[in-house]
Amino acid sequence: MRYLPLTDADRRLMLSEIGVSDVEALFGDVPESARAPEIDLPAHAGEIEVERSLAALASRNMAAGSVPFFVGAGRYRHHVPASVDALIQRGEFLTSYTPYQPEISQGTLQSLFEFQTQVALLTGLDIANASMYDGATACLEGVRMATRVTGRRRVVVSGALHPQYRRVVETGVAFQPIEIDALAVDYDGGEDPAEAVDDRTACVVVQYPDFFGRLRDLGGLAAACRRAGALLAVAVTEVVALGLLRTPGEMGADIVTGEGGSLGNPLSFGGPSVGLFSCRDRHVRQMPGRLVGEARDADGQRGWVLTLVAREQHIRREKATSNICTSAGLCALAFSIHLSLLGAVGLRRLARLNHGLAVSLAERLDAVPGVSVRNTDFFNEFTVALDRPAAPVIDALAQRRILGGVPVSRLLPGEAAAEPLVLVAATETATEAGIETYAAALAEAMR
Amino acid sequence: MTGTDRPALRFEEPLIFELGAADRSGVDLAEPPACEERLGGLARAAPLDLPGLSEPEAVRHYTRLSQKNYGIDSGFYPLGSCTMKHNPRLNEKLARLSGFADIHPLQPVDTVQGALALMAILSRWLTRLTGLPAICLSPAAGAHGEATGLMTIRAALEAAGGARRRVLVPDSAHGTNPASAAMCGYEVVSVPLGRRGRVDLAALRRALDEDVAAFMLTNPNTCGLFEDEILAQAEAVHDVGAHFYCDGANFNAIVGRVRPGDLGIDCMHLNLHKTFSTPHGGGGPGSGPVALSAALAPHAPVPFLVDGPDGVALVETEEEAAAGGAAPFGRIKGFHGQFGMFVRALAFMMSHGADGLRQASTDAVLGANYVAARLADRMPPAYDGPHMHEVLFDDRFLEGSGVSTLDFAKAMIDAGYHPPTIYFPLVVHGAILIEPTESEGKPGLDAFVATLRDLAQRAGQGKAEDFAAAPRTAPRRRFDETGAARRPRLRWQAEPATGRADE
Amino acid sequence: MAELRFSEDHEWVRVEGGGIAVVGISDYAQEQLGDVVFVELPEPGRSFARGDEAAVVESVKAASEVYAPVTGEIVAVNGPLDEEPGLVNSAPTGEGWFFSIRMSDPSELDGLMDAAAYESYLGRF
Repeated sequence: MRYLPLTDADRRLMLSEIGVSDVEALFGDVPESARAPEIDLPAHAGEIEVERSLAALASRNMAAGSVPFFVGAGRYRHHVPASVDALIQRGEFLTSYTPYQPEISQGTLQSLFEFQTQVALLTGLDIANASMYDGATACLEGVRMATRVTGRRRVVVSGALHPQYRRVVETGVAFQPIEIDALAVDYDGGEDPAEAVDDRTACVVVQYPDFFGRLRDLGGLAAACRRAGALLAVAVTEVVALGLLRTPGEMGADIVTGEGGSLGNPLSFGGPSVGLFSCRDRHVRQMPGRLVGEARDADGQRGWVLTLVAREQHIRREKATSNICTSAGLCALAFSIHLSLLGAVGLRRLARLNHGLAVSLAERLDAVPGVSVRNTDFFNEFTVALDRPAAPVIDALAQRRILGGVPVSRLLPGEAAAEPLVLVAATETATEAGIETYAAALAEAMR
Repeated sequence: MTGTDRPALRFEEPLIFELGAADRSGVDLAEPPACEERLGGLARAAPLDLPGLSEPEAVRHYTRLSQKNYGIDSGFYPLGSCTMKHNPRLNEKLARLSGFADIHPLQPVDTVQGALALMAILSRWLTRLTGLPAICLSPAAGAHGEATGLMTIRAALEAAGGARRRVLVPDSAHGTNPASAAMCGYEVVSVPLGRRGRVDLAALRRALDEDVAAFMLTNPNTCGLFEDEILAQAEAVHDVGAHFYCDGANFNAIVGRVRPGDLGIDCMHLNLHKTFSTPHGGGGPGSGPVALSAALAPHAPVPFLVDGPDGVALVETEEEAAAGGAAPFGRIKGFHGQFGMFVRALAFMMSHGADGLRQASTDAVLGANYVAARLADRMPPAYDGPHMHEVLFDDRFLEGSGVSTLDFAKAMIDAGYHPPTIYFPLVVHGAILIEPTESEGKPGLDAFVATLRDLAQRAGQGKAEDFAAAPRTAPRRRFDETGAARRPRLRWQAEPATGRADE
Repeated sequence: MAELRFSEDHEWVRVEGGGIAVVGISDYAQEQLGDVVFVELPEPGRSFARGDEAAVVESVKAASEVYAPVTGEIVAVNGPLDEEPGLVNSAPTGEGWFFSIRMSDPSELDGLMDAAAYESYLGRF
């Protein structure tokens, strides 16, 4: 038992110090009927055996890096610099708790303060919190916050918001006095959420770039929200786009939530990742999640503490702004290190590389008979329409070891309009050769 | 002087905004291909104002920051209710296998059968350890699991005729319990503890009626005690048709020895980052799967796994679920849950096995009782033992010394330790909650006990001002948290050229 | 200065004449909270029934609702608390006042305690 330092001799000595003869006496409060059940599970195993078992499972998965890969739809595969993973595995980061004792947690606190500032700059808003679970739950928290800020109950959700985000929002407020007006799925990009805004509206939720990869200037919508006294909440599933595009903040968003998995974090089958949350200064008291702030210590030295904690569950209990406690500290650190390594110049170049490869992919796929690219504009992901149901084609490509995208019907089952559509993404990890292979295989599959 | 006598490292480290430069980068990327931009006129004119670091600068910056942090790897971390046990590195290695770390949640399911099988195996371990038949894997952390469990309960009650209005929560509960219940639209009613540090059964019975949806209990409870009347509690809860929810934050005390399902529990979240040692990471990521009774299982949110003819199938949408006869209440997270944490937790469980998990909980309980016994004459526990995995003290031993619980905790920093949880639970005055975990050997426990005895003695000798000034050897002294909250500075901003004074 | 009357929730009320009452929290309440870092005040013009949540006061480690001790409409709030929440600690019954309210039923004052009664009420804590 390699993880247990106590020896049998230690245990005997400790029992005698406690004054009981048998360890069972310490479990005397457990009802007899529930004591010591037979549990049908294997006995302990060495590193070799555990590694063998789990490596066998891992080998049954098709790793993204081993094939031409174009899957996105809310999670994007980016290259993570080697130093990021080395740094987050430092035991002082990996094995510490939420920084409740600031004097001996300055590493976590300072890095989260840096993270908050980076997220604020990236999204174009005043302040950001120290992370949420993921993009979908951050979006839900944004909706809840907007109802608190405005004192209103109606929320308009764009039909071009990621379907899983929409369901997480609807589910999360189902038992609260919040009314969701989810607009019809916006297949053709004609939606104008401003038309749905009225004087009872707390906020409008839109995605940027949207679920289908389209780009929309949010300025007009922001103005319409402002006129009606509503907030504009923008969800971003691909933060790398913000290296090249105007930020939601400068277009007038009041709350920006995001999926931060694109930076620093492996795909890891979708979790864990990091949720981003930023807003305007004046709404800070209604913000969910942990916040790190600057402080002075008894010697007048600059440092950082968790602050404005009275919003949180451990103080406000049932009146807290959120029930969140553990969030995504280490994933936020990975995000922050990756973004520090990139810097402004690196992020912009990364974004241009993504866009360039995606444009190249779009041109190649559009030339395949029976395939048409639906987007006029996009960042690194776009929608293609096939002349037949898309899911069997994507499955057939997977058989040939090409991961060609996400059939929209997987996320919107039962919608006829979704059947022929595929979301296709290209990041810096794509190659021209891989794009060529994909286009050729797609042409063959469509024959 | 006892303790670890480790001098604190005192680097000063600027912020990345003070170190970095807008035109510096630690990443070399290929030249973007020439193309006609298709950004719909939304391209920004200038780069964002983000600092960049070269790789050596970044590695040094974050290494130096890490050295201002105390982790389990640094020393003993007896943070009650948080379960700071050793984080095995095998688990980190396995989570990074490309077949786990480099797979996308929306790849065709045929290409991720190994991942789905792992989730199924993890679920099997969790059902056998909890004695409950079904597992919902997707919640991202404990509080998320609480809300998910309560929503499942609410959905099941609604399907049976009515959601009911109230949830009962002991006053010793984690703050997340009432916060989660409120999010599910329930009125929270507090149930007092009795004299023995356990829920007052008579008060519970009085509070229960047919408008109560659930009773949320932490067991072992936050006073570190096993709720020995739990069978009677379960009976009373079930008699009014309510569900018995268990906050599994303290499952690490009994895992492998007691199955909550055998105690009458209907629903329980598990903190994989506590009991099964996925790293806390300075505040996450966590993972909070929920174990469910057969009656609740059909109402659990998507996604879930079902055994199919060609392997494990993933039910991702409510449309598919309904076709299979389930009635999920919705979706609570993007994709499929904290898969990377599933890998780590399963590696932890397989390494321990049924026998090792049982030994781990036994050692955790043994350690806490040992600490309690060795301290009892100087620091009497708030309640009589036997204790479970943690032991709760109040501040009676500091009475008249002028030393507060906070001062005492800060003095432990100077002795080389991470302080225990303080001022929680709220049911005793000046609480100090010590959780040694199974990871601490006897020499470590002995040294810790000696330090605490020494500090308790010094507190009684009129050394209040020494305690008030602690810590002195940490990277920082105590902070002015009032000032920080009155004028919050939540992001870095360049100092104005003329140097406005902030104080 | 007019006499203060107190609620069981530790608010004080001072009648200013013209049916206007000024409201704050007691010295005991500010001491229990510790250093106040933020006060959320109601909007002038809003009406509250007696016992409604009218304001929130936060310290570093605690937060508490402030209930309207009498029914009425908010006339004014103590703006300087935004910048100087510490006034609640340094002058709880003076410069640390929260809001003034136009009472719709001055007889509700009879339900509040005078200073002596409040003193003996505090003795129970």
